[in-house]
Amino acid sequence: MRYIDKTVVGLTIAFLVLFIADFFMAEWVRFIGLQSLARGAVALGLLVLWRTGLVSFGHALYFGFGAYAAAMLTLIGYHDAFLLVFAGTLAAGVLAYLLGFLLRRYRAIFFALLNMAFSMILYGVIVKTEELGSTDGFSVLTPTFLGYAPQGEAVQTTLFIFTLVFTYIITVGVHLYMKTTLGGMSMAVRENEIRVEYLGYSAEKVIHVKYVFSGLVAGFGGAIMALAIGQVDPDSMANWTVSGEFVFITILSGIGNVGATYIGALVFELIRTYAFEYAPQFWQFILGGSLLAIIMFLPDGIWSLFSRLRRSEKAPSP
Amino acid sequence: MKILRKSGRATLLATGLAAALGATAGLANAAETVVMAVPTFLTGAGAPAFGVPARNGAEIIIEAINKGKLPAPYNNSGKGLAGRQIQALIYDESGGGVKQVAEFRNKVQKQGVDLFVGYISSGTCAAITPVAEELKMLTIFPICGTPRIFEEIDKNPKYVFRTMGHATADGVAEAMYVKANMPDVKGYTGINQNYAWGQDSWRDFDLAMKQLMPNVPVSEKTQWPKIFSGQYGAEISALMLSKEPLVHSSLWGGDLEAFIFQGSARGLFRKKKLLFSVADTSVYRLGKKAPAGAILGARGPYGIFAANVDTPLNKWFRKVYSDRYSTPPVGGSYQAAQGVLAAKYAYDKAASMNGGKFPSKDQVIAALEGATFQGIAAKVHMNRSNGHQAATKHMIGVLAWDKEAGGPIMTKVQEFGPDCVMPPPGVNGTEWLKGGMKGAKC
Repeated sequence: MRYIDKTVVGLTIAFLVLFIADFFMAEWVRFIGLQSLARGAVALGLLVLWRTGLVSFGHALYFGFGAYAAAMLTLIGYHDAFLLVFAGTLAAGVLAYLLGFLLRRYRAIFFALLNMAFSMILYGVIVKTEELGSTDGFSVLTPTFLGYAPQGEAVQTTLFIFTLVFTYIITVGVHLYMKTTLGGMSMAVRENEIRVEYLGYSAEKVIHVKYVFSGLVAGFGGAIMALAIGQVDPDSMANWTVSGEFVFITILSGIGNVGATYIGALVFELIRTYAFEYAPQFWQFILGGSLLAIIMFLPDGIWSLFSRLRRSEKAPSP
Repeated sequence: MKILRKSGRATLLATGLAAALGATAGLANAAETVVMAVPTFLTGAGAPAFGVPARNGAEIIIEAINKGKLPAPYNNSGKGLAGRQIQALIYDESGGGVKQVAEFRNKVQKQGVDLFVGYISSGTCAAITPVAEELKMLTIFPICGTPRIFEEIDKNPKYVFRTMGHATADGVAEAMYVKANMPDVKGYTGINQNYAWGQDSWRDFDLAMKQLMPNVPVSEKTQWPKIFSGQYGAEISALMLSKEPLVHSSLWGGDLEAFIFQGSARGLFRKKKLLFSVADTSVYRLGKKAPAGAILGARGPYGIFAANVDTPLNKWFRKVYSDRYSTPPVGGSYQAAQGVLAAKYAYDKAASMNGGKFPSKDQVIAALEGATFQGIAAKVHMNRSNGHQAATKHMIGVLAWDKEAGGPIMTKVQEFGPDCVMPPPGVNGTEWLKGGMKGAKC
């Protein structure tokens, strides 16, 4: 029972509600939901890094790598969603593991910008590769699910459940992991690395583990995104602006709770959708303005709204 | 229990939110209107020179259709599309294929769009085509030029149409113009954007040149800047040093203007003869700074090439446009307007075949397939790719500055028939070019 706390219960309820809601949702709501789950998963990886005191401005690298890995498999005839998403996730994870050896030695702005530099290398490679459609990218055909080939609306319904199940497992997993000794080391590394080393742990190894995890989930998010939208291109998948969006979502969510990243991603999608609809020429201003407002009025993110509600009942935990 | 109660509150909140979102969706299409989504570049480098003039052209036609004030031959066709008012949703095309596909789904599923008339970039069109077919959404591409849409991406389109010629027509017309007007040219090179439109434009021009002027050498160092890069210092240096006197370029919009400014400053246009596929969009904006003496096209008989077309429709369009925006309409304005006219023609024809009742989507599609309708500048023949791809006549000329009128004019204009520059129905453009352009009627 010690694994079951408020967050796990909340996540489970949200999972069940969304699972059932999937069959009743308007198509566009489901579509926004899918994108929010995908982006939320990436932000979850950033949240883990952030708790360790690191911000990455380059996670579009893993997002794009996962998306392109999955999409390229469809070019050679594989269409199973399980295979595509697994391959995308793994590819990004392996890349993160390799780059981690270098990046774990850097902190603060150096870490952020080195990540960005690597992500722009991937971007440059894709843009220059005509076989992958250069800046146009290419279309990703409808996936199948272990032999089941849905048609029409059922494609998105199935994909939503597919995504939901995996994000649920990942999110609960991260939450439980953060409660273990190694997970709890995040805060310690952020606060004082030297003390961590004196306790007998390697700060670099702690960071490396988190980094690989963040790469894995970013790859997962990218692969899901490629399947959900049915198109990959470098500007929406691997450019630094995409990395910026993930940081935006993380700031929007706050790092208080693992579930917050999905709420942040949903809010981000909604702001963007409505800004785009009602102010086609000024939607970027609205997006920027809302980030500014969040930083000024909710510096700890949307999750702090929930914490405030709770504060009236109980004193905040340290 | 305490835990459950609190989580319950959050869940309630989420469910409420979801319900509220779901409720707004149903309201969009209550009135008897035709919801027409018009995506075009409203921000970024594609906007000022191309996206906004295209929007302006579409808007003028949509307003006139809604008021029933189009001149002949559309003067007796009543108000709206088959009697229903157009509700236009104009929105931004920038952000790349993924974003546009997402937005396409959004517009279809959330706002109940009935048809799309738009998309400027070939990259966007290529990304949208499979989704439009998947969602069974009537989509008219008025502008984008890559031949891949019906030659590779979807060879049997049902819901997607394109109402102007594609890059093959541009390449062939340009090569024919070069052959007729520069018979002793000593070689050619190119600067084209590294994406579908740039790649296809160069490929087709190069293939056509190899057929028509097989002895003229082509440069091995053609330049491929990224779309919307805006900086051409290195490319201009390379072009200045190249030995080929003729430079082919399909740059468009803001990229084209940046290239012209940077090239003029370094004397590129005095040293080289430039051939621009889509430069008409900038001749009015740049005025005297536009490179006089350059060969240019408007991807058909549009913009400055239509300045003297003496039909009621064209005279009306130029006047309304010039009065409202203090500048004459450019190619993009004409092309976007032509796409909207295709919808007008198809809906009205489908309604008349349907006994005057408002037609179904399939009837509108059947009416547009293979049709010939009057565009603003010229007749549009929807007779390629099973009646989904248009062919129109084409024009190329040399830009000059008219001192008396104080404006740009086209000189040495040569006109090409639709069956001269477009590959015949059912024939792949690249194969047609490689096979010596058999069946071309010039």
